[in-house]
Amino acid sequence: MEAVREVNGIVAALDRADVDTDQIIPKQFLKRIERTGYGRFLFHDWRTRGDGTPDPDFVLNRPPWNEARILVAGRNFGCGSSREHAAWALRDFGIGAVVAPSLADIFRSNCVQTGIVPVVLPEAAVVGLLERAGRAEAGAPLRARVDLETMQVTLEGGEHHPFDLDPHARRRLMEGLDDIALTLEREAEIAAYEALTPRGAPAAPG
Amino acid sequence: MSARPRTLFDKLWDAHVVGEGEPPLLYIDLHLVHEVTSPQAFEGLRVAGRRVRRPERTVATIDHNVPTTDRSLPIVDDTARIQIEALRSNAREFGVTLHDVGTLEQGIVHVMGPEMGYTQPGMTVVCGDSHTSTHGAFGALAFGIGTSQVEHVLATQCLPMARPRTLEVRVDGALSPGVTAKDLILAIIAEIGVDGGRGHVIEYTGEAVRRLSMEERMTVCNMSIEAGARAGMIAPDDTTFAWLEGRPMAPAGEAWTAAVERWRGLATDEGARYDRTVRVDASRVAPMVTWGTTPATAVPVMGRVPAVPEGGPEREAALRALEYMGLEAGTPVESVEIDRVFIGSCTNGRLDDLRAAAAVIRAAGGRVHPRVGAMVVPGSTRVKAQAEAEGLDRVFTDAGFEWRESGCSMCLGMNPDVLAPGERCASTSNRNFEGRQGRNGRTHLVSPAMAAAAALNGRFVDVRTITGDAGVPAGRA
Ligand code: SF4
Repeated sequence: MEAVREVNGIVAALDRADVDTDQIIPKQFLKRIERTGYGRFLFHDWRTRGDGTPDPDFVLNRPPWNEARILVAGRNFGCGSSREHAAWALRDFGIGAVVAPSLADIFRSNCVQTGIVPVVLPEAAVVGLLERAGRAEAGAPLRARVDLETMQVTLEGGEHHPFDLDPHARRRLMEGLDDIALTLEREAEIAAYEALTPRGAPAAPG
Repeated sequence: MSARPRTLFDKLWDAHVVGEGEPPLLYIDLHLVHEVTSPQAFEGLRVAGRRVRRPERTVATIDHNVPTTDRSLPIVDDTARIQIEALRSNAREFGVTLHDVGTLEQGIVHVMGPEMGYTQPGMTVVCGDSHTSTHGAFGALAFGIGTSQVEHVLATQCLPMARPRTLEVRVDGALSPGVTAKDLILAIIAEIGVDGGRGHVIEYTGEAVRRLSMEERMTVCNMSIEAGARAGMIAPDDTTFAWLEGRPMAPAGEAWTAAVERWRGLATDEGARYDRTVRVDASRVAPMVTWGTTPATAVPVMGRVPAVPEGGPEREAALRALEYMGLEAGTPVESVEIDRVFIGSCTNGRLDDLRAAAAVIRAAGGRVHPRVGAMVVPGSTRVKAQAEAEGLDRVFTDAGFEWRESGCSMCLGMNPDVLAPGERCASTSNRNFEGRQGRNGRTHLVSPAMAAAAALNGRFVDVRTITGDAGVPAGRA
């Protein structure tokens, strides 16, 4: 995974709560066996009209927000299905950070696995961000920087908000670590555990 | 062991943490795999030259994509076929057991696992599927993971994760006649909200929970994720052991006796603390129907579509949901007409669910309403065989239901079973999100009994008026 130290760019506002992963990437696109190429299906049913043409009103279809790097949304973003395809689609589209008052548990961990910075800010701060990003003109979209070094979201003009992240998640993002390699380094512990608590097949747990 | 009283969750967590390092590393006893969330994980292993660390703890089946019509025909959808083929060859290459289409074991992963006796008390269970919470019904710690984590567990049999908090959902009293586990969990989610369980593992406790059958417990735990929880669990007891005994993968003989002895020790200790507790009065729960586009929008069937909140983001969300669902605030639920009925899924696709639906059809007589297309999809091929042995398939087909092969089917419509735009469906599945069952399809979540009643009447009806449980039904008096 590529290391991420900061995400810098245009902020797109999706002012909805409980956006589920079925919306982020509908099921008809889960049949592929690749990890890439999902960006054009991101929010498919919201981005396209019934006849398949792009809906010009949907924010991510409108320049310059079609080049957004930061997505701000309402609470409980990413709820529902565990499909990592949702994070892959966001990443593939160019989104490097998702900001919301809360993020669903599995989605949040899928973000970290995919190299997307999950940013949880207080409700009031998100409401302000949604408003500023939402009313920005196409010629002057809101820009922001999500900085993992300082753990701050800084808006154009200087307004900034600190955020928290599990230190392990932060380190993995910043160093682009291979999670599996890290666990494999603990092989001695795992082997000791397996020896201490012998289990056969699941048919005969210890 | 410490004398500090511990919850069921505490005991499972403590027993599965590997070593002392940070972040905590959790050992996984059982890893269930299906075709949709695994191809990229196996590919990752191949690229890195890694193997499956514990193939004997890894079990696969095919459920999401399979057609539920004649299985002897080729799958017309190429991408679905390629995905299914990929799982077959990955299972072969990495030495993983696959319960393939054409065997009695094939089925929805959360129906197959318990049915085969793979899922047992005290285990950690993961699957690249959010409804893995189902398996918590056995007193297992079971949760859904993303594909990168699937790869992680395949390679290491472990998962680094932060310790979640605990939430006790205590259900006192007893459910009224004609009210089911599905109604209970819908009522719980309506109470705590779609993110009420975020960051937590729920333990369901209390008199009403202890009285639930194993299948009902699975229905409840299944939908824990719809309350945003990492997992849901119920302490194992005699109900659990009786259900599990004699299953193909369950321990037998002396090993069984020893296992039961050990499992009895898993229940939450007297005086153990949860981070939060929510109480629910079971006697107040009525048959529920969701009106909106999240599972938290359930209301009693004798009620009305609720009024739109005065202001705030809730107002926007309600207006949007009403528009999507083609409903108006204040409409009596029983006046809402439906076009489709789906009975199945990992929430309600087990034998008892089919029995409950068939019982309503037998009690009511008559046939599926002429406007309605109704479909029954057994949760596993074994459930299908058992139902046929009991003659349930005839009850359904005689009444005009379609009787299908097992799979996820119209729960998410990855296979050809989908709603047409604007169609309104009474569904026993777990998600009524926009487009879940087909673009612009409208899903109302209900119990199997309520779905059967809706199929016969072409609209929602209080099933208790059919089954004679309507003496003084909860909430109707
Ligand atoms: S039945 Fe539905 S919810 Fe259950 S595993 Fe299949 S798609 Fe997921």
